[in-house]
Amino acid sequence: MKIAITSSGNSPDSVMDSRFGRCMYFVFYDTKTGAMEFVPNPNKDAIEGAGPASVQLVASKGVDKVISGEFGNKVKALFDSLKVQLIIPENPSLTINQIVDKFVKQQK
Amino acid sequence: MKIAIASGKGGTGKTFVATNLFYVAAKEGRQVTLTDCDAEEPNVSVFIQGKTIEEKLVSQNLAVIDPQLCIYCGKCRDWCEYNAIVCLEEQRKIYLLDDLCHDCGACLVACPVGAITEKERRLGVITTAITKKNNVLIEARADVGVYSSVPVIKAALAKSGHPPLLLLDAPPGISCPFIATVAPADFVILVTEPTPFGLNDLSLSVQTLEQLNKPFGVVVNRDGLGDEKVYHWLEEKGIPLLMKIPFDKKIAEIYARGHLPAAEDETYKKHFVEILQKVEELCEK
Repeated sequence: MKIAITSSGNSPDSVMDSRFGRCMYFVFYDTKTGAMEFVPNPNKDAIEGAGPASVQLVASKGVDKVISGEFGNKVKALFDSLKVQLIIPENPSLTINQIVDKFVKQQK
Repeated sequence: MKIAIASGKGGTGKTFVATNLFYVAAKEGRQVTLTDCDAEEPNVSVFIQGKTIEEKLVSQNLAVIDPQLCIYCGKCRDWCEYNAIVCLEEQRKIYLLDDLCHDCGACLVACPVGAITEKERRLGVITTAITKKNNVLIEARADVGVYSSVPVIKAALAKSGHPPLLLLDAPPGISCPFIATVAPADFVILVTEPTPFGLNDLSLSVQTLEQLNKPFGVVVNRDGLGDEKVYHWLEEKGIPLLMKIPFDKKIAEIYARGHLPAAEDETYKKHFVEILQKVEELCEK
């Protein structure tokens, strides 16, 4: 299973980015291999439509779950239709490593 | 001459200044048009009435994708400048986000199989009215829930044409509807109030107009309220102060009845005549 997490930096110790469409990085975590890929978000400075453009990027990677601080209406509707689960952690200041431990490894 | 009346902060008195200026210009026998570009909340017609001579619908085309014909090649998405199309080649899914579609038509050209057509979408109404003195009032009114009022404002500006004097009542803020309204103006009157909020938003408006290279001056409304900071700031920046409108209960009383102080009070009438003169002098410089 593949999971996307929005990140404020490009290391596992970075804090989650609370924005979805305009986050700094997307982290793609493969639960099978434990591989973590950091992709800089090309849409973070988009004038309009950063949310849908980021859905395009994330969904084309074939993820099953997305973890971020908030999702806009357009983004939520798209992910709902694609049957991708959205998760908003209660504590927004967790690091990527902590999120993987808490939300991903636990669910195995 | 085209004068836009704008403000960063809402409720500072844009419509108040615009309607009173219209009154004094019409009173002087000038050919003047007032266009209400605050399309999300037009209210000039509360204060100045005319006989409606035309109501024109404003609409826009919206791209529609037929999933039966779509081959999920992604070309339309790549051509869309506004991120309005999400196309997932592998999952064979395509989405068009109505709110983000700008009616540019690029996707229709991009599609190799003719799967994209257009349908009309209503955005608002432009109302044209004539006053007893044959001056023109134009109102831009966007439909409730419309994502952007800019196409409605542009239609109202096109309808306004180029009369000898055109007053444009701008929407608040400094986003696209404001830019669309001030773009054709020769001069912008910024209305503010002497409060921290007023000054903060005034400075944002000033930064925007400086980038647009528009000449402007400031009217301070409700002088006597708040503090003196706005006056120091204007002096420091060398921005012309066109008029101070006092924080006067009499104005509130007249305005609350839907009337204009310039029509009921000689002093205020004189003040608004002076604003027009000052703006014209500044434009000639």
